[in-house]
Amino acid sequence: MNETTSTKPSSSKTSRSRAAKWTRRGFIGAGALAGGALIVGVAVRSGNPVGKLKPIVAGGDDEALINSWVKIDADNLVTAIVPHCEMGQGANSTIAQMLADEMDVNWENVRVMDAPADGNYVSQHAARLFVGPGTLPDRPNQVGFMEPTYDGLFTQLGKLAGAYITGGSSSVRSTGQNGMRIAGAAAREMLVAAAAKEWGVPASEIKTQNARLTHAGSGRSEPYSAFAEAAAQQELPRAPKIKQVSEYRLMGTPAPRKDIPSKVDGSAIFGIDGGPDSDDLRYAAVKAAPVVGAQIASMDASTAKGMGGVLQILNMGDFVAVVADSYWQAQQALGTIKTAYTETENDTVSTAKMFAGFSAALDEAGDTGGNSKAEYGDPIDALGGAAIAVEAEYKVPFLAHATMEPMNCTAWVRGGKCDIWTSTQVPLMARDGAAEGAGVNADDVTMHPVFLGGGFGRRLTPEYSNQAARLAKAAGYPIKMIWSREEDTAQDFYRPADISRFKGGLDENGKAVCWNNVHCTEDEPAEAPLIEFYDIPNVSVRNADVEMPVRLGAWRSVAHSQHGFFVESFVDELAHAAGQDPFEFRSAHLANSPRHLAVLEGAAKMAGWGDALPEGHGRGIALVRSFNSIVAEVAQVDMTGNKPRVVKMFCCVDAGFAMNPDGLAAQMESGIIYGLTAAMYDEITLKDGKVEQSNFHDYQMMRMDDAPEISVQIINGAPDNIGGAGEPGLPPAAAAVANAIFAANGTRIRELPIAKHFA
Amino acid sequence: MVSLTINGSKEEVDVDPSMPILWVIRERFGMTGTKFGCGIAQCGACTVHLDGEPIRSCSTPVSAAEGKEVTTIEGIASEDGTLSKVQQAWISEQVPQCGYCQSGQIMSATALLRDTPQPSDEQINAFMRGNVCRCGMYGRIRKAIKVAAGIEQPGQQGAAT
Repeated sequence: MNETTSTKPSSSKTSRSRAAKWTRRGFIGAGALAGGALIVGVAVRSGNPVGKLKPIVAGGDDEALINSWVKIDADNLVTAIVPHCEMGQGANSTIAQMLADEMDVNWENVRVMDAPADGNYVSQHAARLFVGPGTLPDRPNQVGFMEPTYDGLFTQLGKLAGAYITGGSSSVRSTGQNGMRIAGAAAREMLVAAAAKEWGVPASEIKTQNARLTHAGSGRSEPYSAFAEAAAQQELPRAPKIKQVSEYRLMGTPAPRKDIPSKVDGSAIFGIDGGPDSDDLRYAAVKAAPVVGAQIASMDASTAKGMGGVLQILNMGDFVAVVADSYWQAQQALGTIKTAYTETENDTVSTAKMFAGFSAALDEAGDTGGNSKAEYGDPIDALGGAAIAVEAEYKVPFLAHATMEPMNCTAWVRGGKCDIWTSTQVPLMARDGAAEGAGVNADDVTMHPVFLGGGFGRRLTPEYSNQAARLAKAAGYPIKMIWSREEDTAQDFYRPADISRFKGGLDENGKAVCWNNVHCTEDEPAEAPLIEFYDIPNVSVRNADVEMPVRLGAWRSVAHSQHGFFVESFVDELAHAAGQDPFEFRSAHLANSPRHLAVLEGAAKMAGWGDALPEGHGRGIALVRSFNSIVAEVAQVDMTGNKPRVVKMFCCVDAGFAMNPDGLAAQMESGIIYGLTAAMYDEITLKDGKVEQSNFHDYQMMRMDDAPEISVQIINGAPDNIGGAGEPGLPPAAAAVANAIFAANGTRIRELPIAKHFA
Repeated sequence: MVSLTINGSKEEVDVDPSMPILWVIRERFGMTGTKFGCGIAQCGACTVHLDGEPIRSCSTPVSAAEGKEVTTIEGIASEDGTLSKVQQAWISEQVPQCGYCQSGQIMSATALLRDTPQPSDEQINAFMRGNVCRCGMYGRIRKAIKVAAGIEQPGQQGAAT
């Protein structure tokens, strides 16, 4: 955010006259900025799907808050101030598109700006204008998050900007739907009201289009900017009218993303690029203890001390750091330091032992034990009466996120304040981590917005901003700390490994009569292992408690990443046991789920399901509902070489309504490649408590020559019930490929990664 | 002291000659478009041109650039600011997601098209396999290269039904 806005209330009188209103959807405020700009803000309470993170950012509240702001400048440019981080998903652009449509603004006139995660921005520049004296809510219990004071209110609003999480595929369906659209509609109504008053005509006769107000009867037409200041004085709409689907002009169109031009000319500033304009900036390389909980027992830095450019060598207790004139010099010196670590109970942790523990826990849970996730009918009894019984066990490894931009943070601690430049999905959490590290109040930390070089759930933790702040405090000058790729791989918060066991039964007609599943991981979201959309009458889904002494984190699509593979592999096994085509078998069990069926049929049709394939090729299909979107994928796999090659992927998605169809397609393509990368190549293993992988040579990425051709088709199946986009493309991918391999040559893959079976 | 040309500007830089070009251009010249990804020439995020040839700047010492021309992502548009054909195709095909790898992708694609103006899929695959895109935009990169080459027309996919 390079934009600063100077504000000047036009007068205390107009501030007082400006009512801030609660609508049934939230709180709307508006004000005029210097230079005749209008700013409208909306705060809304809405459910947030990022379950595990709620207590951290929402203080135990079971709801989250949405802040959406729009600004209309004197030059008729409309700026959407968006409270999400741009990590590649393009959602900031899409929610600006939603705002612009409600406002009747053409896309060319729209700008997107990150909401600053900084209370000062709000209190000094914008929020003071949102609420005039005497307009605080008269029933404070409605707004427990706001302190009952003027300044307190601004501070809290500011904190909310920083509290925002980007995750859970939620930006469009929560902020966009409930925040941006309201803000846009409210701004439009206020502009119309201002023009109606000035022109002395009924508001209903004024048309809005391309950021202009037009009154046909009198032949008047003016740009929005002409009324921006007057609009700020209008009565705030209590419940602005938002558009019906038939009225959408920008929503549902492939409007080009606003962030892309800066990403093709090198000008986009990512976390690793950010920092103060200061000659004092120096660089830090770090290495944390490789075993969870270990500390630095001793270190020998005798070689490093004499190396070029080295300024400081720091034993920080849990990590070692070298500060130097250049990052490369810091990294070279760090590599020479010999470190001994304290013993911990995790020194003997290994993936082999953990998997043995998983098996023992699943044995103990058996057919009925563990924590119940779904129970209906009687799967034990039904299996006893089934014509065919099918059993299978599947296994998936720990996984790293491997964002292209390694974790990094630039910090400057001075005069009781701290400045932070870092790529984070949760600015408030990164800020708190920095505050703790710098020994300053959270309100004294300024977070500078930057682009994220990938998120995928990795950037939900505060440890790297904490490290940088500690180093900057110790150094006394600004420090840019960058993790090596090796550090990034070894110090991730990993996608949990899992083993999942199934028992299923079929009747004499090949209809599934029961489904009994027990697995190990905690299910987030809780729906991940559930299959209620399949018409199977007797179901038990359970998990067993297991020990995982590993840093665990949210990894793109979270538990769907495991269960998509487990569930859709087992459905495939049931189909083959029933002697049925896997597409037909699924279709027959989707009688009560028309949207799922339509998506399944869409993918099958795209892929030419049933048509002849080249010798040695196979097709596999998989269907997963996640984050309120339904996705079916068909993989076409070539098994004629010495290892499987995914040739084509066909994807049909129903995300309710595609606000930006090209953006939704891009997210499907992205989720598919991310899912295929994991399915084909990757596992994180631990031995003696340490992660064994280090860089892209032993934790491989899918590359251009292995990347399949991907086709995406979109169904707008529920325009009022929008689903997520960033994650749902991933979960079906692994199962579609494993099922295709089986179709090609009868080899059933029950353990990922697939490459393991063809080594 | 190493003498080299960066994006057409003659420079002398007083650094350890074994320092990789990546850190010289980022830290000494403040050009941050070239990215650090792996440090061992495995991901291509740091790709720049050295006398026109694509190299991994994270693993190439600045001494190798003595007397040579380094071109970075900041140096491929025309002097009047007009984006190169490859950059334009990256926009028309809406290639970048997070965008972190894209400077390297564009530098590799630019080199590919200079030597192979009409690349086949196999040639694209072979040349571009050194550049990882964790957001998985390989299909769009492939399409954008063909658009820049004039083999295919620009256009977006993803029409809803």
